[in-house]
Amino acid sequence: MAEHKKEIDQVTGIETTGHEWDGLKELNNPLPKWWLYIFYGSIIWSIAYWILMPSWPLVNGYTKGLLNYSQRAVATEEFDVAAAERAKVGEKLMEASLEEIRDTPALLEFAMAQGKVAFGDNCAPCHGTGATGFEGYPNLQDDSWIWGGDLDTLATTISYGVRAEHDETRFAEMPAFGRDELLEKDEIIQVSNYVGSVAGLPVQDGVDLEAGKVIFEENCASCHMENAKGDMETGSPNLTAPTYLYGKSVENIIAQVNAPRHGVMPAWIDRLGETTVKSLAVYVHSLGGGQ
Amino acid sequence: MSAWKKHQIFETNSLILIVGIVIMIAIGGLVEIVPLYYLKSTIEKTEGMRPYTPLELVGRNIYVREGCYACHSQQIRPMRDELERYGNYSLAAESMYDRPFQWGSKRTGPDLARVGGKYSDEWQRDHLINPRSVSPTSVMPGYPFLMDAKLSTVEIENHLKVNAMYGVPYTEEQMANAKIDLMAQAQPDSDEAEGFEERYPDVLIRDFDGNPKAVTEMDALVAYLQMLGTLVDFSLYDEKANLR
Repeated sequence: MAEHKKEIDQVTGIETTGHEWDGLKELNNPLPKWWLYIFYGSIIWSIAYWILMPSWPLVNGYTKGLLNYSQRAVATEEFDVAAAERAKVGEKLMEASLEEIRDTPALLEFAMAQGKVAFGDNCAPCHGTGATGFEGYPNLQDDSWIWGGDLDTLATTISYGVRAEHDETRFAEMPAFGRDELLEKDEIIQVSNYVGSVAGLPVQDGVDLEAGKVIFEENCASCHMENAKGDMETGSPNLTAPTYLYGKSVENIIAQVNAPRHGVMPAWIDRLGETTVKSLAVYVHSLGGGQ
Repeated sequence: MSAWKKHQIFETNSLILIVGIVIMIAIGGLVEIVPLYYLKSTIEKTEGMRPYTPLELVGRNIYVREGCYACHSQQIRPMRDELERYGNYSLAAESMYDRPFQWGSKRTGPDLARVGGKYSDEWQRDHLINPRSVSPTSVMPGYPFLMDAKLSTVEIENHLKVNAMYGVPYTEEQMANAKIDLMAQAQPDSDEAEGFEERYPDVLIRDFDGNPKAVTEMDALVAYLQMLGTLVDFSLYDEKANLR
Protein backbone atom coordinates (compact mmCIF):
# COMPACT_ATOMS: atom_id res chain seq x y z
CA MET A 1 0.00 0.00 0.00
CA ALA A 2 2.72 2.35 -0.99
CA GLU A 3 0.78 4.70 -3.15
CA HIS A 4 -2.15 6.87 -2.19
CA LYS A 5 -4.43 7.25 -5.10
CA LYS A 6 -7.56 9.03 -3.99
CA GLU A 7 -10.59 8.83 -6.18
CA ILE A 8 -14.34 9.23 -6.03
CA ASP A 9 -16.14 5.92 -5.60
CA GLN A 10 -18.49 5.44 -8.53
CA VAL A 11 -21.34 3.78 -6.64
CA THR A 12 -21.59 5.95 -3.51
CA GLY A 13 -19.99 9.17 -4.71
CA ILE A 14 -17.73 9.24 -1.63
CA GLU A 15 -13.98 9.81 -1.74
CA THR A 16 -11.79 6.79 -0.92
CA THR A 17 -8.94 6.88 1.57
CA GLY A 18 -6.53 5.81 -1.12
CA HIS A 19 -5.80 2.53 0.70
CA GLU A 20 -6.12 -0.52 -1.44
CA TRP A 21 -5.65 -4.17 -0.56
CA ASP A 22 -5.74 -6.55 -3.49
CA GLY A 23 -8.31 -4.45 -5.22
CA LEU A 24 -10.42 -3.73 -2.10
CA LYS A 25 -10.77 0.03 -1.50
CA GLU A 26 -11.75 1.88 1.67
CA LEU A 27 -14.39 4.65 1.68
CA ASN A 28 -13.46 7.75 3.64
CA ASN A 29 -16.81 8.24 5.38
CA PRO A 30 -16.81 11.01 7.98
CA LEU A 31 -17.33 10.03 11.64
CA PRO A 32 -20.97 10.29 12.79
CA LYS A 33 -21.61 13.80 14.12
CA TRP A 34 -23.21 12.61 17.40
CA TRP A 35 -20.14 10.49 18.14
CA LEU A 36 -17.73 13.28 17.26
CA TYR A 37 -19.45 15.84 19.51
CA ILE A 38 -19.53 13.43 22.46
CA PHE A 39 -15.82 12.82 21.86
CA TYR A 40 -15.02 16.55 21.90
CA GLY A 41 -17.36 17.02 24.88
CA SER A 42 -15.55 14.37 26.92
CA ILE A 43 -12.21 16.04 26.21
CA ILE A 44 -13.60 19.33 27.53
CA TRP A 45 -15.12 17.49 30.50
CA SER A 46 -11.78 15.89 31.39
CA ILE A 47 -10.05 19.29 31.36
CA ALA A 48 -12.78 20.73 33.62
CA TYR A 49 -12.42 17.69 35.88
CA TRP A 50 -8.65 18.20 36.17
CA ILE A 51 -9.24 21.76 37.31
CA LEU A 52 -12.10 21.10 39.73
CA MET A 53 -11.29 17.70 41.26
CA PRO A 54 -8.19 16.07 42.79
CA SER A 55 -6.32 14.60 39.82
CA TRP A 56 -2.65 15.18 39.00
CA PRO A 57 0.14 13.71 41.13
CA LEU A 58 2.99 16.13 41.84
CA VAL A 59 6.36 15.79 43.54
CA ASN A 60 5.17 16.34 47.12
CA GLY A 61 1.45 15.82 46.81
CA TYR A 62 -1.28 16.11 44.26
CA THR A 63 -3.56 18.79 42.83
CA LYS A 64 -6.50 19.17 45.22
CA GLY A 65 -8.79 20.85 42.67
CA LEU A 66 -10.84 24.01 43.07
CA LEU A 67 -13.74 22.17 44.73
CA ASN A 68 -11.41 20.60 47.32
CA TYR A 69 -13.55 17.46 47.11
CA SER A 70 -12.90 14.52 49.44
CA GLN A 71 -15.02 11.40 49.41
CA ARG A 72 -13.94 10.64 52.97
CA ALA A 73 -15.04 14.10 54.12
CA VAL A 74 -18.40 13.74 52.36
CA ALA A 75 -19.06 10.31 53.89
CA THR A 76 -18.08 11.48 57.37
CA GLU A 77 -20.24 14.58 57.05
CA GLU A 78 -23.28 12.60 55.91
CA PHE A 79 -22.67 10.20 58.78
CA ASP A 80 -22.38 13.06 61.28
CA VAL A 81 -25.54 14.75 59.97
CA ALA A 82 -27.50 11.52 60.37
CA ALA A 83 -25.96 10.94 63.80
CA ALA A 84 -26.94 14.47 64.89
CA GLU A 85 -30.49 13.84 63.68
CA ARG A 86 -30.60 10.60 65.67
CA ALA A 87 -29.06 12.32 68.68
CA LYS A 88 -32.12 14.57 69.04
CA VAL A 89 -34.01 11.58 70.40
CA GLY A 90 -30.86 9.68 71.30
CA GLU A 91 -29.93 12.23 73.96
CA LYS A 92 -33.28 11.73 75.63
CA LEU A 93 -32.60 8.01 75.46
CA MET A 94 -29.25 8.51 77.18
CA GLU A 95 -30.87 10.42 80.05
CA ALA A 96 -33.93 8.25 80.48
CA SER A 97 -33.89 5.02 82.44
CA LEU A 98 -34.75 1.88 80.53
CA GLU A 99 -38.15 1.71 82.25
CA GLU A 100 -38.89 5.29 81.21
CA ILE A 101 -38.01 4.46 77.61
CA ARG A 102 -40.35 1.49 77.70
CA ASP A 103 -43.20 3.56 79.14
CA THR A 104 -42.80 6.66 76.92
CA PRO A 105 -44.33 6.00 73.47
CA ALA A 106 -42.13 8.52 71.59
CA LEU A 107 -38.92 7.07 73.07
CA LEU A 108 -40.13 3.50 72.74
CA GLU A 109 -40.90 3.93 69.05
CA PHE A 110 -37.37 5.25 68.42
CA ALA A 111 -35.70 2.60 70.55
CA MET A 112 -37.63 -0.22 68.89
CA ALA A 113 -36.71 1.01 65.39
CA GLN A 114 -33.05 1.48 66.28
CA GLY A 115 -32.96 -1.76 68.26
CA LYS A 116 -34.43 -3.75 65.39
CA VAL A 117 -31.83 -2.50 62.89
CA ALA A 118 -28.93 -2.99 65.32
CA PHE A 119 -30.20 -6.48 66.17
CA GLY A 120 -30.30 -7.46 62.50
CA ASP A 121 -26.77 -6.19 61.86
CA ASN A 122 -25.09 -7.44 65.00
CA CYS A 123 -27.10 -9.98 67.01
CA ALA A 124 -29.00 -12.01 64.41
CA PRO A 125 -25.96 -14.01 63.24
CA CYS A 126 -25.90 -15.82 66.61
CA HIS A 127 -29.39 -15.37 68.07
CA GLY A 128 -31.21 -15.69 64.72
CA THR A 129 -33.25 -13.10 62.85
CA GLY A 130 -36.27 -14.07 64.94
CA ALA A 131 -34.19 -14.08 68.15
CA THR A 132 -35.05 -17.74 68.71
CA GLY A 133 -31.37 -18.74 68.86
CA PHE A 134 -29.66 -21.96 67.86
CA GLU A 135 -28.09 -24.78 69.87
CA GLY A 136 -25.42 -23.05 71.93
CA TYR A 137 -26.83 -19.58 71.24
CA PRO A 138 -29.63 -18.59 73.63
CA ASN A 139 -33.22 -18.09 72.54
CA LEU A 140 -34.22 -14.54 73.55
CA GLN A 141 -37.94 -15.09 73.08
CA ASP A 142 -38.50 -17.63 75.84
CA ASP A 143 -38.55 -17.21 79.62
CA SER A 144 -35.28 -19.04 80.29
CA TRP A 145 -32.50 -16.59 81.13
CA ILE A 146 -28.98 -17.40 82.23
CA TRP A 147 -28.00 -13.95 83.51
CA GLY A 148 -31.49 -12.45 83.78
CA GLY A 149 -34.05 -10.92 81.44
CA ASP A 150 -34.97 -7.61 83.05
CA LEU A 151 -34.09 -4.37 81.25
CA ASP A 152 -30.99 -3.40 83.25
CA THR A 153 -29.57 -6.91 83.22
CA LEU A 154 -30.05 -7.14 79.45
CA ALA A 155 -28.28 -3.80 78.98
CA THR A 156 -25.34 -5.01 81.11
CA THR A 157 -25.07 -8.30 79.23
CA ILE A 158 -25.19 -6.55 75.85
CA SER A 159 -22.65 -3.93 76.95
CA TYR A 160 -19.99 -6.18 78.37
CA GLY A 161 -20.80 -9.60 76.92
CA VAL A 162 -20.18 -12.99 78.46
CA ARG A 163 -16.61 -14.33 78.76
CA ALA A 164 -15.65 -11.54 76.36
CA GLU A 165 -12.51 -9.47 75.87
CA HIS A 166 -13.66 -6.75 78.26
CA ASP A 167 -12.68 -5.99 81.85
CA GLU A 168 -16.28 -5.92 83.05
CA THR A 169 -17.53 -8.92 81.14
CA ARG A 170 -19.79 -11.46 82.79
CA PHE A 171 -17.89 -14.58 83.70
CA ALA A 172 -18.90 -18.02 84.89
CA GLU A 173 -17.15 -21.29 84.27
CA MET A 174 -18.30 -24.76 85.24
CA PRO A 175 -15.54 -27.23 86.18
CA ALA A 176 -14.90 -30.06 83.74
CA PHE A 177 -15.82 -32.84 86.17
CA GLY A 178 -14.87 -35.63 83.79
CA ARG A 179 -11.99 -34.20 81.79
CA ASP A 180 -10.24 -32.88 84.90
CA GLU A 181 -11.05 -36.09 86.83
CA LEU A 182 -13.04 -34.45 89.60
CA LEU A 183 -15.67 -37.21 89.43
CA GLU A 184 -15.57 -40.86 88.42
CA LYS A 185 -17.34 -41.95 85.26
CA ASP A 186 -20.04 -43.76 87.30
CA GLU A 187 -20.60 -40.68 89.42
CA ILE A 188 -21.06 -38.51 86.33
CA ILE A 189 -23.70 -40.91 85.02
CA GLN A 190 -25.45 -40.91 88.41
CA VAL A 191 -25.49 -37.13 88.83
CA SER A 192 -26.52 -36.55 85.22
CA ASN A 193 -29.43 -38.94 85.58
CA TYR A 194 -30.42 -37.25 88.83
CA VAL A 195 -30.45 -33.86 87.05
CA GLY A 196 -32.45 -35.48 84.25
CA SER A 197 -35.01 -36.78 86.76
CA VAL A 198 -35.36 -33.32 88.31
CA ALA A 199 -35.74 -31.82 84.81
CA GLY A 200 -38.46 -34.37 83.97
CA LEU A 201 -36.40 -36.35 81.48
CA PRO A 202 -36.58 -40.16 81.09
CA VAL A 203 -33.61 -41.54 83.04
CA GLN A 204 -31.36 -44.46 82.12
CA ASP A 205 -32.12 -47.91 83.57
CA GLY A 206 -30.46 -49.13 86.73
CA VAL A 207 -28.92 -45.85 87.84
CA ASP A 208 -28.78 -45.02 91.54
CA LEU A 209 -30.59 -41.66 91.64
CA GLU A 210 -30.14 -41.31 95.41
CA ALA A 211 -26.37 -41.47 94.97
CA GLY A 212 -26.72 -38.92 92.16
CA LYS A 213 -28.61 -36.62 94.49
CA VAL A 214 -25.79 -36.75 97.05
CA ILE A 215 -23.21 -35.98 94.35
CA PHE A 216 -25.37 -33.10 93.13
CA GLU A 217 -25.63 -31.60 96.60
CA GLU A 218 -21.90 -31.89 97.17
CA ASN A 219 -20.69 -30.64 93.78
CA CYS A 220 -23.41 -28.78 91.90
CA ALA A 221 -25.78 -27.20 94.42
CA SER A 222 -23.41 -24.39 95.36
CA CYS A 223 -24.01 -22.82 91.95
CA HIS A 224 -27.15 -24.49 90.57
CA MET A 225 -28.85 -24.41 94.04
CA GLU A 226 -30.38 -27.27 96.04
CA ASN A 227 -33.57 -27.16 93.94
CA ALA A 228 -31.52 -27.08 90.68
CA LYS A 229 -33.23 -23.87 89.64
CA GLY A 230 -29.90 -22.09 89.17
CA ASP A 231 -28.87 -18.59 90.11
CA MET A 232 -28.89 -15.73 87.64
CA GLU A 233 -26.59 -13.70 89.90
CA THR A 234 -23.73 -16.07 89.08
CA GLY A 235 -24.93 -17.10 85.65
CA SER A 236 -25.72 -20.65 86.74
CA PRO A 237 -28.41 -22.06 84.45
CA ASN A 238 -31.75 -23.28 85.73
CA LEU A 239 -31.65 -27.05 85.26
CA THR A 240 -35.44 -27.36 85.47
CA ALA A 241 -35.95 -24.98 82.54
CA PRO A 242 -37.92 -26.27 79.53
CA THR A 243 -34.92 -25.91 77.21
CA TYR A 244 -31.17 -26.32 77.63
CA LEU A 245 -28.59 -24.27 75.76
CA TYR A 246 -26.67 -27.39 74.69
CA GLY A 247 -29.61 -29.76 74.28
CA LYS A 248 -31.92 -31.29 76.86
CA SER A 249 -31.33 -35.00 77.25
CA VAL A 250 -29.42 -37.13 79.73
CA GLU A 251 -26.74 -37.69 77.08
CA ASN A 252 -26.32 -33.93 76.67
CA ILE A 253 -26.12 -33.51 80.44
CA ILE A 254 -23.41 -36.19 80.69
CA ALA A 255 -21.42 -34.44 77.94
CA GLN A 256 -21.74 -31.10 79.69
CA VAL A 257 -20.74 -32.46 83.13
CA ASN A 258 -17.82 -34.27 81.53
CA ALA A 259 -16.36 -31.27 79.67
CA PRO A 260 -18.66 -28.26 79.61
CA ARG A 261 -18.99 -25.99 76.61
CA HIS A 262 -18.77 -22.32 77.41
CA GLY A 263 -20.27 -19.89 74.93
CA VAL A 264 -18.85 -16.41 74.42
CA MET A 265 -20.85 -13.28 73.73
CA PRO A 266 -18.83 -10.24 72.59
CA ALA A 267 -18.96 -6.93 74.46
CA TRP A 268 -20.84 -4.39 72.36
CA ILE A 269 -20.54 -1.10 74.26
CA ASP A 270 -17.39 0.08 72.47
CA ARG A 271 -18.63 -0.96 69.03
CA LEU A 272 -22.24 0.28 69.27
CA GLY A 273 -22.32 3.00 71.95
CA GLU A 274 -24.65 3.49 74.89
CA THR A 275 -27.72 4.73 73.01
CA THR A 276 -27.81 1.73 70.68
CA VAL A 277 -27.20 -0.67 73.56
CA LYS A 278 -30.17 0.83 75.42
CA SER A 279 -32.34 0.53 72.32
CA LEU A 280 -31.25 -3.08 71.94
CA ALA A 281 -32.10 -3.84 75.58
CA VAL A 282 -35.60 -2.42 75.13
CA TYR A 283 -36.03 -4.23 71.81
CA VAL A 284 -34.88 -7.60 73.15
CA HIS A 285 -36.99 -7.13 76.27
CA SER A 286 -40.06 -6.63 74.07
CA LEU A 287 -39.57 -9.87 72.15
CA GLY A 288 -41.54 -12.00 74.57
CA GLY A 289 -39.11 -13.17 77.21
CA GLY A 290 -38.56 -9.88 79.05
CA GLN A 291 -38.90 -10.06 82.80
CA MET B 1 1.40 14.99 3.67
CA SER B 2 0.37 17.13 6.64
CA ALA B 3 1.42 16.36 10.23
CA TRP B 4 -2.17 15.28 10.92
CA LYS B 5 -1.62 12.31 8.64
CA LYS B 6 1.51 11.06 10.43
CA HIS B 7 -0.59 8.40 12.20
CA GLN B 8 -0.35 6.43 9.00
CA ILE B 9 3.21 5.57 10.00
CA PHE B 10 1.80 3.64 12.98
CA GLU B 11 -1.12 2.19 11.12
CA THR B 12 0.96 0.75 8.35
CA ASN B 13 3.81 -0.75 10.40
CA SER B 14 2.88 -3.14 13.21
CA LEU B 15 6.28 -2.97 14.91
CA ILE B 16 6.15 0.81 15.22
CA LEU B 17 2.56 0.49 16.47
CA ILE B 18 3.62 -1.94 19.25
CA VAL B 19 6.48 0.35 20.32
CA GLY B 20 4.06 3.29 20.38
CA ILE B 21 1.54 1.39 22.52
CA VAL B 22 4.24 0.35 25.00
CA ILE B 23 5.44 3.95 25.32
CA MET B 24 1.89 5.23 25.93
CA ILE B 25 1.15 2.59 28.61
CA ALA B 26 4.50 3.34 30.26
CA ILE B 27 3.62 7.03 30.48
CA GLY B 28 0.22 6.13 31.98
CA GLY B 29 1.89 3.86 34.52
CA LEU B 30 4.50 6.45 35.45
CA VAL B 31 1.87 9.10 36.08
CA GLU B 32 -0.70 6.90 37.85
CA ILE B 33 1.30 4.26 39.73
CA VAL B 34 4.75 5.64 40.51
CA PRO B 35 3.55 8.61 42.62
CA LEU B 36 1.84 6.15 44.99
CA TYR B 37 5.27 4.85 45.96
CA TYR B 38 6.78 8.20 46.89
CA LEU B 39 3.80 10.30 48.04
CA LYS B 40 3.64 10.29 51.84
CA SER B 41 -0.14 10.72 51.67
CA THR B 42 -0.61 7.24 50.17
CA ILE B 43 -0.45 5.42 53.51
CA GLU B 44 -2.04 7.23 56.45
CA LYS B 45 -0.19 7.71 59.73
CA THR B 46 -1.82 5.34 62.21
CA GLU B 47 -1.14 3.81 65.61
CA GLY B 48 -1.41 0.09 66.09
CA MET B 49 -0.60 -1.49 62.72
CA ARG B 50 1.66 -4.51 63.11
CA PRO B 51 2.68 -7.41 60.86
CA TYR B 52 0.57 -10.55 61.00
CA THR B 53 1.58 -13.23 63.49
CA PRO B 54 2.60 -16.54 61.91
CA LEU B 55 -0.79 -18.08 62.81
CA GLU B 56 -2.70 -15.14 61.34
CA LEU B 57 -0.52 -15.24 58.23
CA VAL B 58 -1.31 -18.93 57.71
CA GLY B 59 -5.00 -18.17 58.35
CA ARG B 60 -4.81 -15.48 55.73
CA ASN B 61 -3.32 -17.95 53.26
CA ILE B 62 -6.20 -20.34 53.95
CA TYR B 63 -8.62 -17.45 53.39
CA VAL B 64 -7.02 -16.84 49.99
CA ARG B 65 -6.71 -20.56 49.19
CA GLU B 66 -10.40 -21.21 49.83
CA GLY B 67 -11.37 -18.21 47.71
CA CYS B 68 -13.17 -16.32 50.47
CA TYR B 69 -12.44 -13.12 48.52
CA ALA B 70 -14.76 -14.26 45.76
CA CYS B 71 -17.74 -13.43 47.99
CA HIS B 72 -16.32 -11.25 50.78
CA SER B 73 -14.55 -7.93 50.34
CA GLN B 74 -12.31 -6.37 52.97
CA GLN B 75 -12.88 -2.77 52.04
CA ILE B 76 -15.37 -0.52 53.78
CA ARG B 77 -16.00 2.27 51.30
CA PRO B 78 -16.36 5.90 52.42
CA MET B 79 -20.13 5.99 52.15
CA ARG B 80 -22.60 6.69 54.91
CA ASP B 81 -24.49 3.39 54.74
CA GLU B 82 -21.24 1.42 54.94
CA LEU B 83 -20.03 3.47 57.91
CA GLU B 84 -23.35 2.77 59.67
CA ARG B 85 -23.15 -0.95 59.10
CA TYR B 86 -19.44 -1.77 59.29
CA GLY B 87 -17.71 1.11 61.12
CA ASN B 88 -14.91 3.41 59.99
CA TYR B 89 -14.00 3.25 56.30
CA SER B 90 -10.94 1.13 55.54
CA LEU B 91 -7.58 2.89 55.42
CA ALA B 92 -4.75 2.14 53.04
CA ALA B 93 -2.58 1.64 56.13
CA GLU B 94 -4.79 -1.24 57.21
CA SER B 95 -3.80 -3.35 54.23
CA MET B 96 -0.16 -2.28 53.95
CA TYR B 97 1.09 -5.74 54.96
CA ASP B 98 -1.41 -7.55 52.74
CA ARG B 99 0.03 -9.50 49.83
CA PRO B 100 -2.24 -9.76 47.96
CA PHE B 101 -4.75 -7.20 49.23
CA GLN B 102 -8.32 -8.32 49.81
CA TRP B 103 -10.20 -5.26 48.60
CA GLY B 104 -13.10 -5.85 46.31
CA SER B 105 -16.27 -4.53 44.84
CA LYS B 106 -18.34 -7.71 44.78
CA ARG B 107 -20.08 -8.90 47.91
CA THR B 108 -22.17 -12.04 48.01
CA GLY B 109 -21.52 -12.17 51.75
CA PRO B 110 -20.88 -9.18 54.00
CA ASP B 111 -17.66 -7.15 54.08
CA LEU B 112 -15.17 -8.62 56.54
CA ALA B 113 -12.78 -5.69 57.00
CA ARG B 114 -13.91 -5.20 60.63
CA VAL B 115 -15.31 -8.60 61.52
CA GLY B 116 -12.65 -9.12 64.22
CA GLY B 117 -14.20 -9.52 67.67
CA LYS B 118 -17.72 -9.18 66.34
CA TYR B 119 -18.60 -12.83 66.93
CA SER B 120 -17.30 -15.48 69.30
CA ASP B 121 -14.75 -18.09 68.25
CA GLU B 122 -17.44 -20.72 68.69
CA TRP B 123 -19.71 -18.90 66.27
CA GLN B 124 -16.95 -18.56 63.68
CA ARG B 125 -16.27 -22.28 64.06
CA ASP B 126 -19.92 -23.37 63.85
CA HIS B 127 -20.47 -21.04 60.92
CA LEU B 128 -17.41 -22.26 59.01
CA ILE B 129 -18.30 -25.92 59.61
CA ASN B 130 -21.91 -25.44 58.51
CA PRO B 131 -23.12 -21.88 57.82
CA ARG B 132 -26.76 -23.05 57.83
CA SER B 133 -26.48 -24.05 61.51
CA VAL B 134 -26.48 -20.40 62.54
CA SER B 135 -27.72 -18.62 59.42
CA PRO B 136 -30.49 -20.76 57.87
CA THR B 137 -30.68 -18.88 54.56
CA SER B 138 -26.92 -18.62 53.95
CA VAL B 139 -25.56 -19.79 50.58
CA MET B 140 -21.98 -20.05 51.86
CA PRO B 141 -20.32 -23.47 51.52
CA GLY B 142 -19.22 -25.33 54.66
CA TYR B 143 -15.53 -25.86 55.45
CA PRO B 144 -15.68 -28.71 58.02
CA PHE B 145 -12.33 -30.15 56.88
CA LEU B 146 -10.49 -27.20 58.45
CA MET B 147 -11.11 -28.81 61.86
CA ASP B 148 -9.15 -31.94 60.84
CA ALA B 149 -6.33 -30.32 58.87
CA LYS B 150 -3.30 -29.99 61.16
CA LEU B 151 -1.06 -27.02 60.48
CA SER B 152 2.23 -27.62 58.76
CA THR B 153 5.23 -25.67 60.09
CA VAL B 154 7.43 -26.37 57.07
CA GLU B 155 6.92 -23.16 55.14
CA ILE B 156 6.22 -20.56 57.79
CA GLU B 157 9.78 -19.37 58.43
CA ASN B 158 10.45 -18.75 54.74
CA HIS B 159 7.03 -17.19 54.46
CA LEU B 160 7.97 -14.55 57.02
CA LYS B 161 11.33 -14.04 55.30
CA VAL B 162 9.71 -13.44 51.93
CA ASN B 163 7.33 -10.93 53.50
CA ALA B 164 10.33 -9.23 55.12
CA MET B 165 11.96 -8.97 51.69
CA TYR B 166 8.90 -7.02 50.57
CA GLY B 167 9.35 -4.62 53.49
CA VAL B 168 7.15 -6.12 56.20
CA PRO B 169 9.05 -5.27 59.42
CA TYR B 170 9.51 -8.73 60.92
CA THR B 171 12.43 -8.86 63.35
CA GLU B 172 15.20 -11.46 63.13
CA GLU B 173 13.86 -12.96 66.33
CA GLN B 174 10.34 -13.23 64.95
CA MET B 175 11.60 -14.94 61.80
CA ALA B 176 13.81 -17.36 63.75
CA ASN B 177 10.93 -18.34 66.04
CA ALA B 178 8.24 -18.53 63.37
CA LYS B 179 7.64 -22.27 63.77
CA ILE B 180 7.28 -22.02 67.54
CA ASP B 181 5.09 -18.92 67.35
CA LEU B 182 2.80 -20.53 64.79
CA MET B 183 1.80 -23.17 67.34
CA ALA B 184 2.06 -21.05 70.50
CA GLN B 185 -0.69 -18.58 69.63
CA ALA B 186 -3.31 -21.35 69.70
CA GLN B 187 -1.88 -22.97 72.85
CA PRO B 188 -2.27 -20.44 75.69
CA ASP B 189 -1.16 -22.96 78.34
CA SER B 190 2.01 -24.05 76.56
CA ASP B 191 5.53 -23.07 77.62
CA GLU B 192 6.07 -21.26 74.33
CA ALA B 193 3.11 -18.91 74.78
CA GLU B 194 5.13 -16.57 76.98
CA GLY B 195 7.89 -16.08 74.44
CA PHE B 196 5.29 -15.58 71.76
CA GLU B 197 3.61 -12.88 73.82
CA GLU B 198 6.94 -11.05 74.17
CA ARG B 199 7.52 -11.13 70.43
CA TYR B 200 3.93 -10.14 69.60
CA PRO B 201 2.45 -8.02 72.41
CA ASP B 202 -1.31 -7.34 72.56
CA VAL B 203 -2.22 -10.28 70.37
CA LEU B 204 -5.07 -12.73 71.00
CA ILE B 205 -3.72 -16.00 72.42
CA ARG B 206 -6.50 -18.55 72.54
CA ASP B 207 -7.48 -22.03 71.52
CA PHE B 208 -9.44 -20.69 68.57
CA ASP B 209 -10.82 -24.01 67.30
CA GLY B 210 -11.96 -25.35 70.68
CA ASN B 211 -9.74 -28.42 70.32
CA PRO B 212 -6.79 -28.10 72.73
CA LYS B 213 -5.19 -31.28 71.39
CA ALA B 214 -4.25 -29.97 67.94
CA VAL B 215 -3.41 -26.74 66.13
CA THR B 216 -5.54 -26.88 63.00
CA GLU B 217 -6.32 -24.76 59.97
CA MET B 218 -9.48 -23.75 61.82
CA ASP B 219 -7.27 -22.21 64.55
CA ALA B 220 -5.41 -20.23 61.91
CA LEU B 221 -8.44 -19.00 59.99
CA VAL B 222 -10.39 -17.99 63.11
CA ALA B 223 -7.29 -16.25 64.53
CA TYR B 224 -7.06 -14.28 61.29
CA LEU B 225 -10.78 -13.40 61.22
CA GLN B 226 -10.74 -12.33 64.87
CA MET B 227 -8.03 -9.70 64.30
CA LEU B 228 -9.41 -8.21 61.09
CA GLY B 229 -9.85 -4.46 61.37
CA THR B 230 -8.96 -4.34 65.06
CA LEU B 231 -5.39 -3.03 64.82
CA VAL B 232 -5.69 0.70 64.13
CA ASP B 233 -6.50 2.78 67.20
CA PHE B 234 -9.07 5.20 65.78
CA SER B 235 -9.07 7.33 68.93
CA LEU B 236 -5.55 8.40 67.90
CA TYR B 237 -6.28 8.66 64.18
CA ASP B 238 -6.24 12.15 62.68
CA GLU B 239 -9.09 12.03 60.20
CA LYS B 240 -8.76 15.66 59.07
CA ALA B 241 -5.11 15.16 58.10
CA ASN B 242 -5.97 12.18 55.94
CA LEU B 243 -8.88 13.33 53.81
CA ARG B 244 -8.70 11.99 50.26
